[in-house]
Amino acid sequence: MNPIVPSRRDFLKGAAAAAAAGVVPMSLVKLAFADPAQDFTFAYISDAHIQHISGTKFVRNWDRGLIRAVAETNLLTPKPDFVMFGGDLGQLGMKEELDHGAEMLSKLRAPLHCVMGEHDYYLDLGEYWSKLFGPQHYSFDHKGVHFVVLNSILTHDEWTYNRWPSAQERMLQMAGLDNPNGSPFMVGEKQRAWLKADLDKVGKTTPLVVFSHSPLQKLYKGWNFWTDDAEEVQALLAPFEKANVVYGHVHQIQYNQIGNISFNAVMATAWPWPYPNSYAQAQHTMPVLTVPMNRADPFFERDATGWQFIDVHTGRVALKYNLYNNTARTVAWNPATGKPEDTVFQDPAKRVPPQVHY
Amino acid sequence: MKRTLLGLLVAAGLAATAARAADAPAAKPPLGLPPLPIPEDNLQTPEKIALGDKLFDDKRFSSTGQVACATCHDSKKAFTDSPLRTSEGIAKAGRKLTGTRNAPTVVNAAYFETMFWDGRSPSLEDQSQHPFVNPVEMGLKDHQPILKIVRSDPAYVKAFAQVFGKKGAQVTMKEVQQAIGAFERTQVAGNSPFDRYFYAGDTKALTDAQKRGFDLYVNKGRCVSCHRIEQTQALFTDNRFHNVGVGINDIQKDVPELAEAFLQAKASLAQVDVKVLGDKRTSELGRFAVTRDFEGLGAFKTPTLRNVAVTPPYMHDGSLKTLKDVVVHYNNGGVTKEGNPVNDFLSGGIRPLNLTEAEIDDLVSFMEGLTSPEYASLPSGARTEVKP
Repeated sequence: MNPIVPSRRDFLKGAAAAAAAGVVPMSLVKLAFADPAQDFTFAYISDAHIQHISGTKFVRNWDRGLIRAVAETNLLTPKPDFVMFGGDLGQLGMKEELDHGAEMLSKLRAPLHCVMGEHDYYLDLGEYWSKLFGPQHYSFDHKGVHFVVLNSILTHDEWTYNRWPSAQERMLQMAGLDNPNGSPFMVGEKQRAWLKADLDKVGKTTPLVVFSHSPLQKLYKGWNFWTDDAEEVQALLAPFEKANVVYGHVHQIQYNQIGNISFNAVMATAWPWPYPNSYAQAQHTMPVLTVPMNRADPFFERDATGWQFIDVHTGRVALKYNLYNNTARTVAWNPATGKPEDTVFQDPAKRVPPQVHY
Repeated sequence: MKRTLLGLLVAAGLAATAARAADAPAAKPPLGLPPLPIPEDNLQTPEKIALGDKLFDDKRFSSTGQVACATCHDSKKAFTDSPLRTSEGIAKAGRKLTGTRNAPTVVNAAYFETMFWDGRSPSLEDQSQHPFVNPVEMGLKDHQPILKIVRSDPAYVKAFAQVFGKKGAQVTMKEVQQAIGAFERTQVAGNSPFDRYFYAGDTKALTDAQKRGFDLYVNKGRCVSCHRIEQTQALFTDNRFHNVGVGINDIQKDVPELAEAFLQAKASLAQVDVKVLGDKRTSELGRFAVTRDFEGLGAFKTPTLRNVAVTPPYMHDGSLKTLKDVVVHYNNGGVTKEGNPVNDFLSGGIRPLNLTEAEIDDLVSFMEGLTSPEYASLPSGARTEVKP
């Protein structure tokens, strides 16, 4: 990816290109800010899964992914205003992993905000993570945008406190995919009450960006691509003209629109997940996974991983994905269709067919 | 030696000239190599090849009259300047200027998708114009002195008229570059012991050590992922760019400053040519200097391994003296000295290999089996340093 952050003008060109076929005249691209000086970008790194082996040994592949993303983020020109880390810094929530990860993140030259992931949480219920990174949910305002960070990977108290013989066992159970002993993620009543109170203070025309680890929508329960009280959270975001949710956890590019809320997923620096099979309990608004990504080249360990930088110039998030060994992609709000779209590959004629021969 | 394949390729060129390319019978390439790609606008003819050969050897195309293409791409050294670490250009105040990069061989360059270590040039023809005007190579201010010579020297006047039907001001750098490219395209070499073993079924062509090395090359050593071998031919390159931890390891702290300065300078490709050969630290940005993409940071083109044993020293900066040093570097996961920190932008394919000493030796032996008969008499840089 080219480290030069596209200027506001380039972005507008991109937005116009996304609205191909001349659907939207430029003047209709509504900007959040009257003053271009207010434009800013931030970088988003997620799902590093730093994994302790023993002593001073860690899984090299995951280390390299985070180290590289941090180093590249530091080269962005102009500099991002801040960096988000989207959760799952560690693999099994161990102090060694969180410390090692924090050490790598300490190389960042921009201020850091962190999101809690289930791999950080279920060993000691976030105690050590909070010592390093602070509160597990919070909000902040930056240049006219209201940002909210949620801990979306909580679950039922019974599962968390009463079911497992040890903290390690609890951590391992939550780390598994397709695990019948797992439990669906949720934001929880207490945090939703906090969120409501926080959002009550914010004007409904203010661009709102919510960061969570799990998707604040229901995609695939077997892999916990899921938040059980997603509807209740969405109801709190719905009154905002420009609500955005950015989440990690899924290790793949996803984007979707539910009402006023745009959903965008970020890549992992550790490994890619393939797309799970579509799964529907009832009529749903699942994102149509229209752009298959060529799967990982087993030789290039960074293949199908990445990180992203994001702007909120239109009040909607536009994510530029830096994808190693692959073409960089941008997913941005398309005012013509009223949803996030890939600025290049959305057009079926421009899609890259998935690799079928190996 | 230099012209071993000339006849063959001339035949190919003539055939292509005589008939439409699609109808022309394909010349049989040397064992282990694919058919030679020849651009439609620069077909091979014996006269053009001979003219290119003459231009390639002409020292008058340098500011001092001392440096020709052949100075750094010497036919007696498998078209390199082995064992020089980095190439020597014109002399200033009695001292030869040196660039930042090890001279890559011309042999089989016809198959490469890009030229130069950072791929900043798309073809042999394009590449050939740059060293003339690089301040540390041939040192001309512009191409005018070359045009003056080729438009007035009777031998050149005659040759350009014969080959291109052009004279006087009609002769431009385009024709000069095409002739050089046509000559370089004749320098292909296959038929190595490996080729005879793998493509001709000669089970005795490789030694036991080389056969073990081949297995390591494909499996544990992970070499084949970038230095590719196909079912019917092998170029030993993927024509891509990788950060393998050479050069950039020495400037890690400076990368943010260098990268930013480079981006702000918005250099043209011609300026990139001057900048990367003139400044060692900028040179180590590698492919990034061309694409300005993160992926290119510290990344250089995968070189072919054909005849690699006879072209020491190694890597884009010539920093590794023997093939054994190279294998040790990869075995360490992209650092020359075990335990040193790897660079932040290391290519995802590079990781420690856990090869034993014996396995390292076998891999080195395998690479000695990639030498074509034309170059088999040259000194090997496989295990010991070749002194100038």
